[in-house]
Amino acid sequence: MIMIFGIPGPLLFGQLLLGLINGAFYAMLSLGLAVIFGMLNIINFAHGSLFMMGAFAAWMLLNYVGIGYFPALILAPLLVGIFGIVLEKTIISRLYKLDHLYGLLLTFGLALVIEGLFRNGYGSSGLPYRIPDILQGAVNLGFMYMPIYRGWVVVAALVVCISTWAIIEKTSLGATLRAATENAPLVQAFGVNVPRLITLTYGGGVALAAFAGVLAAPIYSVNPNMGTNFINTVFAVVVIGGMGSIMGSILTGFGLGVVEGLTKVFYPQASATVVFVVMVIVLLVRPRGLFGKAA
Amino acid sequence: MFGFSRAQSIAFVVMVVLIAVSPFVLYPVFLMRVLCAALFACAFNLMLGYVGLLSFGHAAFFGMGSYVAAWTMKVWHVDASIAIIFGGLTGAVLGFFLGYLAIRRSGIYFAMITLALAQMVYFFCLEAPFTGGEDGIQQVPRGHLFWFIDLSNDMTMYWVTAAVFIGGFLLVHRIIHSPFGQVLKGIRENEPRATSLGYRTDDYKLIAFVLSCMIAGVAGGTKALVFGIATLTDVHYSTSGEVVLTTLLGGLGTVFGPAMGALVVTSMENYLAQFGAWVTVTQGVIFMVCVLAFRRGIIGELGAFLRISL
Repeated sequence: MIMIFGIPGPLLFGQLLLGLINGAFYAMLSLGLAVIFGMLNIINFAHGSLFMMGAFAAWMLLNYVGIGYFPALILAPLLVGIFGIVLEKTIISRLYKLDHLYGLLLTFGLALVIEGLFRNGYGSSGLPYRIPDILQGAVNLGFMYMPIYRGWVVVAALVVCISTWAIIEKTSLGATLRAATENAPLVQAFGVNVPRLITLTYGGGVALAAFAGVLAAPIYSVNPNMGTNFINTVFAVVVIGGMGSIMGSILTGFGLGVVEGLTKVFYPQASATVVFVVMVIVLLVRPRGLFGKAA
Repeated sequence: MFGFSRAQSIAFVVMVVLIAVSPFVLYPVFLMRVLCAALFACAFNLMLGYVGLLSFGHAAFFGMGSYVAAWTMKVWHVDASIAIIFGGLTGAVLGFFLGYLAIRRSGIYFAMITLALAQMVYFFCLEAPFTGGEDGIQQVPRGHLFWFIDLSNDMTMYWVTAAVFIGGFLLVHRIIHSPFGQVLKGIRENEPRATSLGYRTDDYKLIAFVLSCMIAGVAGGTKALVFGIATLTDVHYSTSGEVVLTTLLGGLGTVFGPAMGALVVTSMENYLAQFGAWVTVTQGVIFMVCVLAFRRGIIGELGAFLRISL
């Protein structure tokens, strides 16, 4: 067996993989938060609940309608995204003229309502979601056995993150979006329907969270608290990365997942808090965040 | 006195009379819960209502105050007054360190940082040996106050809790109406201008934060004495959310709002407790209604209706 720093190789790589998976979720969630914040100027506290709704949507599609994992990977984000668009149109859009804090408080209330309703309907013990047959099993990579599903999660998350980055940074739609983030009235004067752009951005950010939720469903059990457990850490990730750059969110998300995984190997007691410790250090050294713009 | 206006003096007298009469009508233990929640909300209101900073991690100071007070009572068998003072000191010291980090950013970042730091405190409490992990610190004796007043009687405990609340309430009011408090309000309205007038705004914010955390710690310590228990719920972020809700519902930046909010929120929890997660749903709905249609809160609306500031 290979030993690295006195740690058995498979253990180290196993935890690294787990870290990468957590990092994939941090990246997808903080990416959505950053995109929404850029456009709507609100922190979407309901992001964790919408992530959870994605997982539940996949579970419901399978158990009530008989639609499997791969179609759900498209359908669940679509459904939850539409739900997000309705939310934006009916409720959130009323707050744009107010202080940012009201957006945070409103979406916090929204998160409580969504979570409470799901807890009433499905309890908090969690529902199982089977890994699809084609992604069952593990492959031997030589230095470790990798469960195929976990590898798939990392790859799928990477693809989605990079595509989001490409859409925002490399397409004309993204250019309009970035321009509207900088100066909405001017973009509107050019004939762009900015309110619709804002609605679609919210829908897109929410769909991203729901996609992450579907990916998470087979790994963590589907339960109403799964979003909350993640979202507090994701807020720390957002503070560390700063919300200025899309690529920054992705890198920070994956990076912190890996840091967490490594901590689990070398000093397990600190693994729950290491992200927060990193946040404290970043606040001391570079308060605006690693990729943040100066205030 | 204490900078009360005429209307506020009347409202204060009404509040004190209600506090004095209510234990003969309602269940004292329930009222003590309201008073602790009210003091906690007053402390929180000092930050959000008067400095304009939303701390989403106030449970950390409330909960740690609760833990330390419970621990000193149970293990050191100190006097009740000492335990409450320890609770307040814990809140203040923790508030100093976390506040020092959090005031580096403002607005929503401040909210996210305080939330994350409080989450760190939560994980610490989950792991640390002295908190008893999932069980918490149970069967904390109420002991004696000033070595001769036996607190095991609910009515005696009630008067002590009422005294602590009124003391804390007056302290918050005194802070707000001092020259220091005026500077805080100036910072809330226009921070660059306060800076340009020569005020070191970061120092002011930090002092206000420490004071707020100290009072939150006192509220937590008193709560631990009343119920004889300190648990993870006290440091959990849902407690932070609850104090935001309490203050928002009662009226942000009003003097009597937090107490009113505490009465409503605690009663609601009491009656809805049997319906499980419906408490959460109701809280969420109230949150949304407050933000969308009721931003001044109960006392704020009442004050606007009567054209006085309460």
